[in-house]
Amino acid sequence: MPETQPSADAIGAYVDAAAPLLGLTVDPAWRDGVVGHLGAILAAAGRALSEPLPDELEAAPVFEAAP
Amino acid sequence: MSPALTAAEIAAGVAARTLRARDAVAAALARIAALDARVGAFTDVTAERALARADALDAALDRGEPAGPLAGVPFAVKNLFDVEGLPTRAGSKINRERPPARRDAILVRRLEAAGAVLVGALNMGEYAYDFTGENIHDGPSRNPHDLRHMSGGSSGGSGAALAAGFVPLTLGSDTNGSIRVPSAFCGVFGLKPTYGRLSRAGSFPFVGSFDHLGPLARSTRDLALAYDAMQGPDPDDPVATKRPAEPVAAVLEAGAAGLRIAVAGGYFARGGDPEAFAAVARAAAALGVTATVEIPEAARARAAAYVISAAEGAALHLERLRARPADFDPAVRDRLIAGALIPAALVERAQRFRRWYARAVAEVFASVDVILAPATPCRAPRGGETTLVLDGVAMPLRPNIGVFTQPISFIGLPVAAVPVRPDEGLPLGVQVIAAPWREDRALRVARALEAAGVAAAPVARLD
Repeated sequence: MPETQPSADAIGAYVDAAAPLLGLTVDPAWRDGVVGHLGAILAAAGRALSEPLPDELEAAPVFEAAP
Repeated sequence: MSPALTAAEIAAGVAARTLRARDAVAAALARIAALDARVGAFTDVTAERALARADALDAALDRGEPAGPLAGVPFAVKNLFDVEGLPTRAGSKINRERPPARRDAILVRRLEAAGAVLVGALNMGEYAYDFTGENIHDGPSRNPHDLRHMSGGSSGGSGAALAAGFVPLTLGSDTNGSIRVPSAFCGVFGLKPTYGRLSRAGSFPFVGSFDHLGPLARSTRDLALAYDAMQGPDPDDPVATKRPAEPVAAVLEAGAAGLRIAVAGGYFARGGDPEAFAAVARAAAALGVTATVEIPEAARARAAAYVISAAEGAALHLERLRARPADFDPAVRDRLIAGALIPAALVERAQRFRRWYARAVAEVFASVDVILAPATPCRAPRGGETTLVLDGVAMPLRPNIGVFTQPISFIGLPVAAVPVRPDEGLPLGVQVIAAPWREDRALRVARALEAAGVAAAPVARLD
Protein backbone atom coordinates (compact mmCIF):
# COMPACT_ATOMS: atom_id res chain seq x y z
CA MET A 1 0.00 0.00 0.00
CA PRO A 2 1.18 3.54 -0.58
CA GLU A 3 2.25 5.28 2.60
CA THR A 4 -0.26 8.06 2.14
CA GLN A 5 -3.89 7.91 1.10
CA PRO A 6 -4.30 8.76 -2.61
CA SER A 7 -5.95 12.11 -3.28
CA ALA A 8 -9.59 12.35 -4.32
CA ASP A 9 -8.36 13.50 -7.73
CA ALA A 10 -6.19 10.41 -8.10
CA ILE A 11 -9.03 8.13 -7.02
CA GLY A 12 -11.39 9.93 -9.39
CA ALA A 13 -9.00 9.40 -12.31
CA TYR A 14 -8.77 5.72 -11.41
CA VAL A 15 -12.58 5.42 -11.25
CA ASP A 16 -12.90 7.10 -14.66
CA ALA A 17 -10.36 4.70 -16.15
CA ALA A 18 -11.34 1.45 -14.42
CA ALA A 19 -15.14 1.60 -14.46
CA PRO A 20 -15.42 1.19 -18.26
CA LEU A 21 -13.11 -1.84 -18.09
CA LEU A 22 -15.82 -3.53 -16.00
CA GLY A 23 -18.63 -2.27 -18.21
CA LEU A 24 -19.79 0.09 -15.50
CA THR A 25 -21.17 3.54 -16.15
CA VAL A 26 -20.62 6.16 -13.46
CA ASP A 27 -23.09 8.97 -13.94
CA PRO A 28 -21.57 12.37 -13.11
CA ALA A 29 -24.17 12.73 -10.37
CA TRP A 30 -22.86 9.58 -8.63
CA ARG A 31 -19.14 10.09 -9.23
CA ASP A 32 -18.38 11.93 -5.98
CA GLY A 33 -20.19 9.22 -4.02
CA VAL A 34 -18.27 6.44 -5.73
CA VAL A 35 -14.96 8.27 -5.26
CA GLY A 36 -15.75 8.87 -1.59
CA HIS A 37 -16.61 5.24 -0.96
CA LEU A 38 -13.56 3.96 -2.81
CA GLY A 39 -11.42 6.32 -0.77
CA ALA A 40 -12.91 4.91 2.43
CA ILE A 41 -12.30 1.35 1.22
CA LEU A 42 -8.69 2.11 0.29
CA ALA A 43 -8.14 3.72 3.67
CA ALA A 44 -9.57 0.61 5.34
CA ALA A 45 -7.34 -1.60 3.21
CA GLY A 46 -4.38 0.51 4.21
CA ARG A 47 -5.17 -0.13 7.87
CA ALA A 48 -5.94 -3.80 7.46
CA LEU A 49 -2.92 -4.59 5.34
CA SER A 50 -0.31 -2.31 6.84
CA GLU A 51 1.56 -5.15 8.58
CA PRO A 52 3.35 -7.87 6.64
CA LEU A 53 1.88 -11.36 6.76
CA PRO A 54 3.82 -14.65 6.55
CA ASP A 55 4.20 -15.74 2.93
CA GLU A 56 2.92 -19.23 3.73
CA LEU A 57 -0.33 -17.96 5.26
CA GLU A 58 -3.27 -19.29 3.27
CA ALA A 59 -6.19 -17.05 2.44
CA ALA A 60 -9.55 -17.95 3.97
CA PRO A 61 -12.06 -17.23 1.20
CA VAL A 62 -14.05 -20.36 2.02
CA PHE A 63 -13.89 -20.22 5.72
CA GLU A 64 -14.33 -22.94 8.30
CA ALA A 65 -14.87 -21.61 11.76
CA ALA A 66 -12.92 -24.39 13.44
CA PRO A 67 -10.93 -27.45 12.38
CA MET B 1 -54.35 -12.47 23.37
CA SER B 2 -51.49 -10.43 24.74
CA PRO B 3 -48.96 -9.36 22.12
CA ALA B 4 -46.27 -9.98 24.72
CA LEU B 5 -46.77 -13.77 24.74
CA THR B 6 -43.55 -15.60 23.91
CA ALA B 7 -43.27 -18.37 21.36
CA ALA B 8 -42.82 -20.88 24.18
CA GLU B 9 -46.02 -19.67 25.88
CA ILE B 10 -48.02 -19.86 22.65
CA ALA B 11 -46.67 -23.33 21.84
CA ALA B 12 -47.46 -24.52 25.38
CA GLY B 13 -51.01 -23.21 25.09
CA VAL B 14 -51.54 -24.82 21.70
CA ALA B 15 -50.08 -28.11 22.92
CA ALA B 16 -52.32 -28.02 26.01
CA ARG B 17 -55.33 -27.19 23.80
CA THR B 18 -56.07 -24.04 25.79
CA LEU B 19 -55.19 -21.93 22.73
CA ARG B 20 -55.99 -22.67 19.12
CA ALA B 21 -53.32 -22.05 16.51
CA ARG B 22 -55.88 -20.17 14.45
CA ASP B 23 -56.51 -17.73 17.31
CA ALA B 24 -52.79 -17.14 17.83
CA VAL B 25 -52.26 -16.49 14.13
CA ALA B 26 -55.39 -14.38 13.73
CA ALA B 27 -54.32 -12.21 16.67
CA ALA B 28 -50.94 -11.60 15.07
CA LEU B 29 -52.54 -10.75 11.71
CA ALA B 30 -54.98 -8.35 13.38
CA ARG B 31 -52.22 -6.48 15.23
CA ILE B 32 -50.13 -6.23 12.06
CA ALA B 33 -53.15 -4.89 10.14
CA ALA B 34 -53.90 -2.34 12.86
CA LEU B 35 -50.41 -1.00 13.56
CA ASP B 36 -47.84 -1.87 10.92
CA ALA B 37 -48.58 1.12 8.71
CA ARG B 38 -46.87 3.15 11.45
CA VAL B 39 -43.98 0.76 12.01
CA GLY B 40 -43.15 -0.48 8.51
CA ALA B 41 -41.95 -3.90 9.58
CA PHE B 42 -43.74 -5.99 6.95
CA THR B 43 -43.51 -5.91 3.17
CA ASP B 44 -45.77 -8.94 2.63
CA VAL B 45 -48.42 -10.47 4.87
CA THR B 46 -49.26 -14.05 3.93
CA ALA B 47 -52.58 -14.12 5.77
CA GLU B 48 -54.39 -16.69 3.65
CA ARG B 49 -51.55 -19.17 3.80
CA ALA B 50 -51.07 -18.58 7.53
CA LEU B 51 -54.71 -19.15 8.45
CA ALA B 52 -54.89 -22.28 6.28
CA ARG B 53 -51.79 -23.65 7.95
CA ALA B 54 -53.11 -22.81 11.44
CA ASP B 55 -56.39 -24.58 10.65
CA ALA B 56 -54.49 -27.64 9.42
CA LEU B 57 -52.44 -27.64 12.61
CA ASP B 58 -55.54 -27.40 14.82
CA ALA B 59 -57.14 -30.23 12.85
CA ALA B 60 -54.05 -32.39 13.32
CA LEU B 61 -54.12 -31.74 17.07
CA ASP B 62 -57.83 -32.54 17.11
CA ARG B 63 -56.92 -35.94 15.61
CA GLY B 64 -54.49 -36.50 18.48
CA GLU B 65 -51.29 -35.88 16.55
CA PRO B 66 -48.38 -34.56 18.64
CA ALA B 67 -47.68 -30.82 18.86
CA GLY B 68 -44.28 -29.57 17.67
CA PRO B 69 -42.09 -27.41 19.91
CA LEU B 70 -43.28 -24.28 18.08
CA ALA B 71 -46.89 -25.31 17.56
CA GLY B 72 -49.01 -22.40 16.43
CA VAL B 73 -46.25 -19.79 16.80
CA PRO B 74 -46.63 -16.99 14.25
CA PHE B 75 -43.31 -15.94 12.76
CA ALA B 76 -42.01 -13.78 9.91
CA VAL B 77 -38.81 -13.64 7.89
CA LYS B 78 -36.61 -10.95 6.37
CA ASN B 79 -37.60 -10.64 2.74
CA LEU B 80 -34.36 -12.20 1.50
CA PHE B 81 -35.72 -15.62 2.53
CA ASP B 82 -37.58 -17.48 -0.21
CA VAL B 83 -41.30 -17.65 0.49
CA GLU B 84 -43.25 -19.79 -1.95
CA GLY B 85 -45.24 -17.59 -4.31
CA LEU B 86 -43.34 -14.34 -3.59
CA PRO B 87 -40.41 -12.87 -5.53
CA THR B 88 -37.45 -12.75 -3.13
CA ARG B 89 -36.90 -9.01 -3.22
CA ALA B 90 -34.04 -8.72 -0.72
CA GLY B 91 -35.04 -5.13 -0.12
CA SER B 92 -34.49 -4.17 -3.74
CA LYS B 93 -36.59 -2.82 -6.58
CA ILE B 94 -34.85 -4.98 -9.16
CA ASN B 95 -35.44 -8.35 -7.51
CA ARG B 96 -39.19 -7.97 -7.29
CA GLU B 97 -39.26 -8.74 -11.02
CA ARG B 98 -37.90 -12.22 -10.26
CA PRO B 99 -40.28 -15.13 -10.69
CA PRO B 100 -42.05 -16.10 -7.47
CA ALA B 101 -40.10 -18.55 -5.32
CA ARG B 102 -41.20 -22.12 -5.96
CA ARG B 103 -40.60 -23.30 -2.42
CA ASP B 104 -39.80 -21.86 1.00
CA ALA B 105 -36.23 -21.44 2.25
CA ILE B 106 -34.99 -24.44 4.22
CA LEU B 107 -35.13 -22.60 7.56
CA VAL B 108 -38.77 -21.62 6.95
CA ARG B 109 -39.55 -25.25 6.18
CA ARG B 110 -37.78 -26.43 9.34
CA LEU B 111 -39.63 -23.92 11.55
CA GLU B 112 -42.96 -24.91 10.00
CA ALA B 113 -42.09 -28.58 10.50
CA ALA B 114 -41.81 -27.71 14.21
CA GLY B 115 -45.31 -26.24 14.11
CA ALA B 116 -44.59 -22.53 13.54
CA VAL B 117 -46.74 -20.58 11.09
CA LEU B 118 -45.27 -18.05 8.65
CA VAL B 119 -47.31 -14.83 8.55
CA GLY B 120 -45.19 -12.69 6.24
CA ALA B 121 -41.96 -11.20 4.94
CA LEU B 122 -40.14 -8.32 6.60
CA ASN B 123 -38.63 -5.04 5.48
CA MET B 124 -34.84 -4.75 5.13
CA GLY B 125 -32.14 -2.48 3.78
CA GLU B 126 -31.48 -2.97 0.07
CA TYR B 127 -29.51 -6.14 -0.60
CA ALA B 128 -28.61 -6.19 3.13
CA TYR B 129 -25.87 -3.56 2.63
CA ASP B 130 -27.22 -1.46 5.47
CA PHE B 131 -27.24 -0.88 9.22
CA THR B 132 -30.13 1.62 9.42
CA GLY B 133 -33.31 -0.23 8.44
CA GLU B 134 -34.11 2.50 5.94
CA ASN B 135 -35.25 1.47 2.48
CA ILE B 136 -35.76 3.87 -0.39
CA HIS B 137 -38.23 1.56 -2.15
CA ASP B 138 -40.39 0.28 0.73
CA GLY B 139 -39.94 3.05 3.27
CA PRO B 140 -38.14 2.63 6.58
CA SER B 141 -38.79 0.10 9.28
CA ARG B 142 -39.18 2.30 12.35
CA ASN B 143 -38.17 1.70 15.93
CA PRO B 144 -41.31 0.74 17.88
CA HIS B 145 -39.83 2.21 21.09
CA ASP B 146 -39.74 5.62 19.38
CA LEU B 147 -41.04 5.73 15.82
CA ARG B 148 -38.89 8.75 15.04
CA HIS B 149 -35.80 6.57 15.38
CA MET B 150 -34.19 3.88 13.24
CA SER B 151 -34.89 0.21 13.73
CA GLY B 152 -31.33 -0.61 12.76
CA GLY B 153 -30.56 -2.91 9.89
CA SER B 154 -30.30 -4.55 7.68
CA SER B 155 -32.79 -6.93 9.36
CA GLY B 156 -34.82 -3.88 10.39
CA GLY B 157 -38.26 -5.40 10.03
CA SER B 158 -37.07 -8.45 11.97
CA GLY B 159 -36.28 -6.32 15.01
CA ALA B 160 -39.24 -3.96 14.65
CA ALA B 161 -41.83 -6.75 14.29
CA LEU B 162 -40.73 -8.19 17.64
CA ALA B 163 -40.61 -4.92 19.55
CA ALA B 164 -44.03 -4.01 18.13
CA GLY B 165 -45.47 -7.28 19.41
CA PHE B 166 -46.56 -8.43 15.95
CA VAL B 167 -44.93 -11.86 16.25
CA PRO B 168 -42.74 -13.51 18.91
CA LEU B 169 -40.18 -14.89 16.44
CA THR B 170 -38.45 -13.62 13.30
CA LEU B 171 -35.53 -14.63 11.12
CA GLY B 172 -32.82 -12.31 9.88
CA SER B 173 -29.44 -12.42 8.25
CA ASP B 174 -26.16 -11.09 9.59
CA THR B 175 -23.12 -10.45 7.39
CA ASN B 176 -21.47 -7.67 9.35
CA GLY B 177 -24.00 -7.09 12.15
CA SER B 178 -27.43 -7.16 10.53
CA ILE B 179 -29.05 -9.29 13.26
CA ARG B 180 -27.13 -7.77 16.16
CA VAL B 181 -27.67 -4.10 15.24
CA PRO B 182 -31.49 -4.20 14.98
CA SER B 183 -31.58 -6.43 18.06
CA ALA B 184 -29.74 -3.70 19.95
CA PHE B 185 -31.71 -0.76 18.58
CA CYS B 186 -35.11 -2.44 18.97
CA GLY B 187 -34.25 -4.01 22.32
CA VAL B 188 -34.72 -7.69 21.44
CA PHE B 189 -32.64 -10.86 21.64
CA GLY B 190 -30.84 -12.15 18.55
CA LEU B 191 -28.61 -15.08 17.73
CA LYS B 192 -25.96 -14.98 15.05
CA PRO B 193 -24.76 -18.58 15.11
CA THR B 194 -21.35 -19.87 14.07
CA TYR B 195 -20.63 -19.39 10.36
CA GLY B 196 -21.93 -22.51 8.61
CA ARG B 197 -24.20 -23.61 11.46
CA LEU B 198 -27.55 -22.83 9.80
CA SER B 199 -28.16 -23.49 6.12
CA ARG B 200 -28.53 -20.47 3.89
CA ALA B 201 -30.24 -22.41 1.10
CA GLY B 202 -33.16 -20.50 -0.33
CA SER B 203 -31.97 -17.09 0.86
CA PHE B 204 -30.61 -14.24 -1.24
CA PRO B 205 -26.88 -13.76 -0.53
CA PHE B 206 -24.75 -10.67 0.05
CA VAL B 207 -21.18 -11.63 1.02
CA GLY B 208 -20.77 -15.39 0.86
CA SER B 209 -17.68 -15.28 3.08
CA PHE B 210 -19.62 -13.80 6.01
CA ASP B 211 -23.33 -14.45 5.42
CA HIS B 212 -25.13 -15.99 8.40
CA LEU B 213 -28.82 -16.56 9.14
CA GLY B 214 -30.37 -16.63 12.58
CA PRO B 215 -33.38 -16.01 14.81
CA LEU B 216 -34.52 -12.94 16.75
CA ALA B 217 -37.01 -13.13 19.61
CA ARG B 218 -38.15 -11.51 22.86
CA SER B 219 -36.75 -14.27 25.08
CA THR B 220 -33.71 -16.53 25.15
CA ARG B 221 -35.99 -19.57 25.44
CA ASP B 222 -37.60 -18.64 22.11
CA LEU B 223 -34.20 -18.13 20.49
CA ALA B 224 -33.15 -21.59 21.65
CA LEU B 225 -36.37 -23.29 20.51
CA ALA B 226 -36.11 -21.75 17.05
CA TYR B 227 -32.38 -22.37 16.76
CA ASP B 228 -32.77 -26.02 17.71
CA ALA B 229 -35.57 -26.47 15.16
CA MET B 230 -33.38 -25.05 12.37
CA GLN B 231 -30.10 -26.90 12.97
CA GLY B 232 -28.82 -29.77 10.89
CA PRO B 233 -26.73 -30.39 7.80
CA ASP B 234 -28.01 -29.34 4.39
CA PRO B 235 -26.33 -30.31 1.11
CA ASP B 236 -27.94 -27.32 -0.59
CA ASP B 237 -25.62 -24.86 1.23
CA PRO B 238 -21.99 -25.61 0.36
CA VAL B 239 -20.69 -24.09 3.60
CA ALA B 240 -23.31 -25.60 5.92
CA THR B 241 -21.65 -27.69 8.59
CA LYS B 242 -21.83 -31.46 8.49
CA ARG B 243 -21.82 -31.53 12.27
CA PRO B 244 -24.95 -33.04 13.73
CA ALA B 245 -27.40 -30.75 15.46
CA GLU B 246 -26.30 -29.70 18.96
CA PRO B 247 -29.52 -28.65 20.71
CA VAL B 248 -29.26 -25.94 23.34
CA ALA B 249 -32.75 -25.67 24.86
CA ALA B 250 -32.01 -28.31 27.50
CA VAL B 251 -28.85 -26.56 28.74
CA LEU B 252 -30.17 -23.01 28.68
CA GLU B 253 -30.83 -22.96 32.42
CA ALA B 254 -27.33 -24.15 33.29
CA GLY B 255 -26.44 -20.51 33.85
CA ALA B 256 -23.09 -18.82 33.71
CA ALA B 257 -21.53 -20.82 36.55
CA GLY B 258 -18.28 -22.43 35.54
CA LEU B 259 -17.81 -20.25 32.49
CA ARG B 260 -14.81 -17.96 32.24
CA ILE B 261 -16.23 -14.61 31.14
CA ALA B 262 -14.38 -11.40 30.34
CA VAL B 263 -15.20 -7.96 28.96
CA ALA B 264 -13.53 -7.05 25.68
CA GLY B 265 -11.07 -4.21 26.23
CA GLY B 266 -9.09 -2.01 23.88
CA TYR B 267 -10.89 -1.51 20.59
CA PHE B 268 -14.22 -2.59 22.13
CA ALA B 269 -13.91 -0.14 25.04
CA ARG B 270 -13.55 3.06 23.05
CA GLY B 271 -15.10 4.81 20.07
CA GLY B 272 -18.65 4.69 21.35
CA ASP B 273 -21.08 6.66 23.46
CA PRO B 274 -20.67 6.17 27.23
CA GLU B 275 -24.02 4.39 27.52
CA ALA B 276 -22.89 1.68 25.07
CA PHE B 277 -20.13 0.77 27.52
CA ALA B 278 -22.46 1.27 30.49
CA ALA B 279 -24.70 -1.46 29.09
CA VAL B 280 -21.73 -3.84 28.93
CA ALA B 281 -20.67 -2.87 32.44
CA ARG B 282 -24.17 -3.54 33.72
CA ALA B 283 -24.14 -7.02 32.21
CA ALA B 284 -20.66 -7.71 33.56
CA ALA B 285 -21.64 -6.59 37.05
CA ALA B 286 -24.70 -8.85 37.04
CA LEU B 287 -22.47 -11.78 36.15
CA GLY B 288 -19.78 -10.84 38.67
CA VAL B 289 -17.28 -10.41 35.85
CA THR B 290 -14.26 -8.20 36.47
CA ALA B 291 -11.77 -9.64 33.96
CA THR B 292 -11.02 -7.98 30.67
CA VAL B 293 -9.53 -9.53 27.57
CA GLU B 294 -7.98 -8.07 24.44
CA ILE B 295 -9.17 -9.26 21.04
CA PRO B 296 -6.02 -8.61 19.01
CA GLU B 297 -6.08 -6.45 15.89
CA ALA B 298 -9.84 -5.91 15.93
CA ALA B 299 -9.50 -2.62 14.03
CA ARG B 300 -7.70 -4.39 11.23
CA ALA B 301 -10.28 -7.15 11.26
CA ARG B 302 -13.05 -4.64 10.89
CA ALA B 303 -11.23 -2.92 8.03
CA ALA B 304 -10.58 -6.22 6.26
CA ALA B 305 -14.26 -7.17 6.62
CA TYR B 306 -15.14 -3.80 5.11
CA VAL B 307 -12.94 -4.44 2.07
CA ILE B 308 -14.14 -8.01 1.48
CA SER B 309 -17.80 -7.02 1.90
CA ALA B 310 -17.53 -4.29 -0.72
CA ALA B 311 -15.69 -6.56 -3.16
CA GLU B 312 -17.85 -9.65 -2.79
CA GLY B 313 -21.06 -7.65 -2.75
CA ALA B 314 -19.99 -5.86 -5.93
CA ALA B 315 -19.11 -9.13 -7.66
CA LEU B 316 -22.53 -10.53 -6.75
CA HIS B 317 -24.32 -7.52 -8.21
CA LEU B 318 -22.01 -6.71 -11.12
CA GLU B 319 -24.52 -7.51 -13.88
CA ARG B 320 -27.23 -5.50 -12.19
CA LEU B 321 -24.80 -2.60 -11.66
CA ARG B 322 -24.01 -2.66 -15.38
CA ALA B 323 -27.55 -2.97 -16.63
CA ARG B 324 -29.70 -1.11 -14.13
CA PRO B 325 -27.63 1.14 -11.89
CA ALA B 326 -30.40 3.72 -11.64
CA ASP B 327 -32.73 1.15 -10.05
CA PHE B 328 -30.53 0.69 -6.95
CA ASP B 329 -30.78 2.70 -3.78
CA PRO B 330 -28.12 5.36 -4.52
CA ALA B 331 -26.45 4.80 -1.14
CA VAL B 332 -26.02 1.12 -1.95
CA ARG B 333 -25.14 1.56 -5.61
CA ASP B 334 -22.28 3.98 -5.01
CA ARG B 335 -20.69 1.66 -2.42
CA LEU B 336 -21.08 -1.35 -4.71
CA ILE B 337 -19.57 0.41 -7.74
CA ALA B 338 -16.64 1.42 -5.55
CA GLY B 339 -16.40 -2.19 -4.39
CA ALA B 340 -16.21 -3.42 -7.98
CA LEU B 341 -13.13 -1.26 -8.53
CA ILE B 342 -11.07 -2.58 -5.58
CA PRO B 343 -7.76 -4.02 -6.80
CA ALA B 344 -7.92 -7.81 -6.40
CA ALA B 345 -4.64 -8.00 -4.48
CA LEU B 346 -6.18 -6.04 -1.61
CA VAL B 347 -9.08 -8.47 -1.30
CA GLU B 348 -6.77 -11.48 -1.33
CA ARG B 349 -4.61 -9.91 1.35
CA ALA B 350 -7.68 -9.22 3.47
CA GLN B 351 -8.62 -12.90 3.20
CA ARG B 352 -5.10 -13.89 4.22
CA PHE B 353 -5.29 -11.57 7.20
CA ARG B 354 -8.55 -13.29 8.08
CA ARG B 355 -6.73 -16.58 8.53
CA TRP B 356 -4.20 -14.92 10.81
CA TYR B 357 -6.90 -13.23 12.87
CA ALA B 358 -8.98 -16.40 13.27
CA ARG B 359 -5.95 -18.14 14.73
CA ALA B 360 -5.14 -15.23 17.03
CA VAL B 361 -8.68 -15.09 18.39
CA ALA B 362 -8.71 -18.88 18.85
CA GLU B 363 -5.78 -18.37 21.25
CA VAL B 364 -7.88 -15.89 23.23
CA PHE B 365 -10.53 -18.55 23.68
CA ALA B 366 -7.95 -20.80 25.32
CA SER B 367 -8.27 -18.65 28.43
CA VAL B 368 -11.89 -17.42 28.27
CA ASP B 369 -15.18 -19.03 27.28
CA VAL B 370 -17.33 -15.97 26.71
CA ILE B 371 -16.52 -12.35 25.83
CA LEU B 372 -18.84 -9.38 26.40
CA ALA B 373 -18.74 -6.39 24.06
CA PRO B 374 -21.07 -3.60 22.98
CA ALA B 375 -23.26 -4.32 19.95
CA THR B 376 -23.33 -0.76 18.62
CA PRO B 377 -21.45 2.44 19.44
CA CYS B 378 -24.69 4.36 20.01
CA ARG B 379 -28.42 4.11 20.56
CA ALA B 380 -30.78 4.09 17.56
CA PRO B 381 -30.20 7.36 15.71
CA ARG B 382 -33.10 9.40 14.41
CA GLY B 383 -34.43 8.38 11.03
CA GLY B 384 -32.69 10.13 8.16
CA GLU B 385 -29.50 10.84 10.11
CA THR B 386 -26.35 10.38 8.04
CA THR B 387 -23.69 11.45 10.53
CA LEU B 388 -22.54 9.79 13.73
CA VAL B 389 -20.64 11.85 16.30
CA LEU B 390 -18.36 9.84 18.60
CA ASP B 391 -15.90 11.44 20.98
CA GLY B 392 -16.66 14.74 19.25
CA VAL B 393 -15.65 13.37 15.85
CA ALA B 394 -18.26 13.33 13.06
CA MET B 395 -18.19 10.30 10.78
CA PRO B 396 -20.51 8.71 8.23
CA LEU B 397 -23.31 6.94 10.09
CA ARG B 398 -24.08 3.98 7.82
CA PRO B 399 -20.79 2.09 7.88
CA ASN B 400 -19.82 2.99 11.44
CA ILE B 401 -22.85 1.52 13.22
CA GLY B 402 -21.17 -1.85 12.68
CA VAL B 403 -17.83 -0.98 14.16
CA PHE B 404 -18.19 -3.51 17.04
CA THR B 405 -20.05 -6.24 15.19
CA GLN B 406 -17.89 -6.55 12.08
CA PRO B 407 -14.71 -7.92 13.73
CA ILE B 408 -16.76 -10.79 15.21
CA SER B 409 -18.74 -11.99 12.18
CA PHE B 410 -15.53 -11.65 10.12
CA ILE B 411 -14.42 -14.98 11.61
CA GLY B 412 -17.83 -16.48 12.14
CA LEU B 413 -17.95 -16.51 15.96
CA PRO B 414 -21.36 -17.22 17.52
CA VAL B 415 -22.96 -14.26 19.29
CA ALA B 416 -26.09 -13.79 21.33
CA ALA B 417 -27.24 -10.17 21.16
CA VAL B 418 -28.77 -9.22 24.50
CA PRO B 419 -30.95 -6.13 25.06
CA VAL B 420 -29.95 -3.98 28.03
CA ARG B 421 -31.33 -0.64 29.18
CA PRO B 422 -28.86 1.11 31.44
CA ASP B 423 -31.32 4.01 31.90
CA GLU B 424 -34.75 5.20 30.70
CA GLY B 425 -33.58 5.86 27.15
CA LEU B 426 -33.78 3.65 24.08
CA PRO B 427 -32.34 0.14 24.41
CA LEU B 428 -28.77 -0.91 23.74
CA GLY B 429 -27.28 -4.29 22.99
CA VAL B 430 -24.51 -6.39 24.45
CA GLN B 431 -22.75 -9.01 22.35
CA VAL B 432 -22.22 -12.27 24.21
CA ILE B 433 -19.50 -13.89 22.11
CA ALA B 434 -18.30 -17.50 22.29
CA ALA B 435 -15.80 -19.73 20.52
CA PRO B 436 -16.85 -21.40 17.26
CA TRP B 437 -19.66 -23.96 17.69
CA ARG B 438 -20.31 -22.90 21.31
CA GLU B 439 -23.67 -21.22 20.83
CA ASP B 440 -24.65 -23.05 24.01
CA ARG B 441 -22.30 -20.94 26.10
CA ALA B 442 -23.40 -17.65 24.53
CA LEU B 443 -27.05 -18.54 25.11
CA ARG B 444 -26.46 -19.73 28.69
CA VAL B 445 -24.94 -16.36 29.55
CA ALA B 446 -27.72 -14.53 27.71
CA ARG B 447 -30.25 -16.53 29.72
CA ALA B 448 -28.42 -15.74 32.96
CA LEU B 449 -28.66 -12.03 32.17
CA GLU B 450 -32.34 -12.38 31.36
CA ALA B 451 -32.98 -14.33 34.58
CA ALA B 452 -31.13 -11.66 36.56
CA GLY B 453 -33.45 -9.02 35.13
CA VAL B 454 -30.63 -7.18 33.38
CA ALA B 455 -31.76 -8.16 29.89
CA ALA B 456 -35.36 -7.90 28.77
CA ALA B 457 -37.30 -7.31 25.57
CA PRO B 458 -40.64 -5.72 26.43
CA VAL B 459 -43.18 -4.96 23.73
CA ALA B 460 -43.27 -1.25 22.92
CA ARG B 461 -46.37 0.81 23.64
CA LEU B 462 -47.82 1.80 20.29
CA ASP B 463 -51.31 2.88 21.27
